[in-house]
Amino acid sequence: MTAPTAPPELVQLLTPEGERVEHPDYDIDLTAEEVRSLYRDLVLVRRVDLEAVALQRQGELGLWASLLGQEAAQVGSGRALTDADMAFPTYREHGVAWCRGVDPLHLLGLFRGVNHGGWDPIEHNFHLYTIVIGSQTLHSVGYAMGIQRDGAEAATIVYFGDGATSQGDVNEAFIWASVFNAPVVFFCQNNQWAISEPLEKQSKIPLYKRASGFGFPGIRVDGNDVFACLAVTRAALRNAREGNGPTLVEAFTYRMGAHTTSDDPTRYRVADELEAWKLKDPIERVKAYLFRNQLADQEFFDKVEAEADQLGKDLRARCLALPDPEPAALFEHVYAEPHALLAEEREQFTTYLAGFEGAQ
Amino acid sequence: MKRDFKLPDVGEGLTEAEIVRWHVAVGDTVKVNQIIVEIETAKAVVELPSPFEGEVAAILAAEGETVDVGRVIITVDDATEEALTESLVPEEPQKREPVLVGYGVKQGPSKRRARKSPAAPEAVPVSNGSPQRVAVLAKPPVRKLARDLGVDLADVAPSGPNGSITRDDVLAAQVAPVVPLVVEEQEVIPVRGVRKATAAAMVASAFTAPHVTEFLQIDVTETMNAVRRLREQPDFAGVKVSPLLLVAKALVTAMKRHPHANSTWTDEAILIKKSVNLGIAAATERGLIVPNIKDAQALSLPELARALTDLTDRARAGKCTPAEMSGGTVTITNIGVFGIDAGTPILNPGESAILAFGRIRDMPWVVDGQLAVRKVTTLALSFDHRVIDGELGSYVLRDVGAMLEDPLRMLTWA
Repeated sequence: MTAPTAPPELVQLLTPEGERVEHPDYDIDLTAEEVRSLYRDLVLVRRVDLEAVALQRQGELGLWASLLGQEAAQVGSGRALTDADMAFPTYREHGVAWCRGVDPLHLLGLFRGVNHGGWDPIEHNFHLYTIVIGSQTLHSVGYAMGIQRDGAEAATIVYFGDGATSQGDVNEAFIWASVFNAPVVFFCQNNQWAISEPLEKQSKIPLYKRASGFGFPGIRVDGNDVFACLAVTRAALRNAREGNGPTLVEAFTYRMGAHTTSDDPTRYRVADELEAWKLKDPIERVKAYLFRNQLADQEFFDKVEAEADQLGKDLRARCLALPDPEPAALFEHVYAEPHALLAEEREQFTTYLAGFEGAQ
Repeated sequence: MKRDFKLPDVGEGLTEAEIVRWHVAVGDTVKVNQIIVEIETAKAVVELPSPFEGEVAAILAAEGETVDVGRVIITVDDATEEALTESLVPEEPQKREPVLVGYGVKQGPSKRRARKSPAAPEAVPVSNGSPQRVAVLAKPPVRKLARDLGVDLADVAPSGPNGSITRDDVLAAQVAPVVPLVVEEQEVIPVRGVRKATAAAMVASAFTAPHVTEFLQIDVTETMNAVRRLREQPDFAGVKVSPLLLVAKALVTAMKRHPHANSTWTDEAILIKKSVNLGIAAATERGLIVPNIKDAQALSLPELARALTDLTDRARAGKCTPAEMSGGTVTITNIGVFGIDAGTPILNPGESAILAFGRIRDMPWVVDGQLAVRKVTTLALSFDHRVIDGELGSYVLRDVGAMLEDPLRMLTWA
């Protein structure tokens, strides 16, 4: 079995070898500083992910969904957002969270089971992680319709995977977005595997082509090319903000790791496939590009590496120091306002807990 | 100070894992996140990184041992003196019983704190003897288990929370021979893992590739002599030299002489492979697996011997990588080790030939018109008739046989 070959219509601006290529519809003019900053984000995000996987293996997190291999899709699209845009993630969008200024510690808190996310979605315009597959597409479309009614200069972007395209929610979201011309970008990271189900069991046609049936454009972009992801998402968001409705962006990428830390991908996919995708690594090509065009020197790469190590180390220490919440804290997060029944239930629960020996 | 690393629950609700291999030994220096051990859980083989930096002070679980989650498996001395806050270390991971997926963990002895003061017993409706049936509490999987085992839940004494029936309760009730059920005794082994993969591969192969099997009985006395002499050569020190090695060499050589046999059928084209990736069928604890030696045609005899030993050792230890188990071009199955003379092997999917190597035994044999006792074995070659005609298949088998009857031919043809 080989990886599905990408068709020619795939938008690519940077080849796996780090060569800059032109595209008639999507181009991008990045300064050296911007490219270095994209590289730094890619490296730091990967480091956060590696640290989290290690913490899970050490019993410090209950679970972790690794983004390994999908850094470019996330950083490219995340960096395309303006402050006013609203993002709706799955549970794997650690790179987008990073771009939205969410402290990775909050992501760890969720997977450590000490909070329900911990960040303020309004502050970062980054919604809480959604574990249910595909339901956030509906939230995103609803939010986009709200933007439309406010007449605001903003759009939403919603993240989901190839597997989610088989969900009813996602198809309903497509219909609503299309019919109401909602300012939303559907950003599908096609990482080829829905847990253990390969793409060919999800779709007979390339995913981006599904959009035409719903009446809006679909584009396939090299999901391991951060330039192309940035350019295509930027254009799709602008289009949405300008009132031209939704776009489906299919970022063609690969999940280099397991679905989550509870999964063993060697049981269902062949190593050759992984090896083939390693050659398309999203970080290596940016590094090659920087090197080739003398936009960065070894000192820069070493500095980023050192910064990544420090980030991993700090994150580890702060994760281990996260306090366990009080059991009664669960009453604080369900309702916006307190009310009598809630107070009564809290009282009952507190009394019950106090009934144990050794309780305060 | 010495810091303990307790076996974590790396899945969701796993209670134990087997230590597959230690990557460190006592006295080694380890860094944070350095891989220290491989473990195998019910879900996966995973590598555990060290949470500490320092020197390994003790390894407390042996390879092959099954360890409960929460048990200390390694102690690392981090060369610090001050007592670190205990809160940094998960106090009792075994208390965690995460059940996001699955049946949840087994009911162990309750770790809850006792309630204060013996509260007045709550009024429990006591049956006055009449066989009144009350609703039984049990989760759906437990109900299914009970149904599968023929256990009536009404007869089961509950031990779970709120008087619910647990899996253990059902299992215990089943053991108790209350009503001897007249069912045929059988053991139920779920079809999964290697067994499932083997079944799928065998069905796919048997029903897509039209198999033909040919047999050849040969005198391998000279091969046995050659094996004995090779063992004495310093190049083979420390590696296993067995008749299988020469069978492997002969098959690889035959593939080179007849490259069309080293091929794969697709509906559009026959793909002739440049490399001979030699598969070796291995019976392991996990089941049948067929790892292969890549580019076997490029290996010298000592290299091939080493590759064979290495591959079979790792196959038995369950260490073969997926890459080693894919991309084979031809396979040997050594049925002789089971004391069998011949069989009709099924092709490894994607390959066009497989050689079964039977047992070697003393047999009466005619040599130069005289009856003699010779070492004799039987070779069986199955091939895909879409790719290989009887003529080509016969040549391959004949050549393998000829090389094993007279190993000098391997030099001539290699």
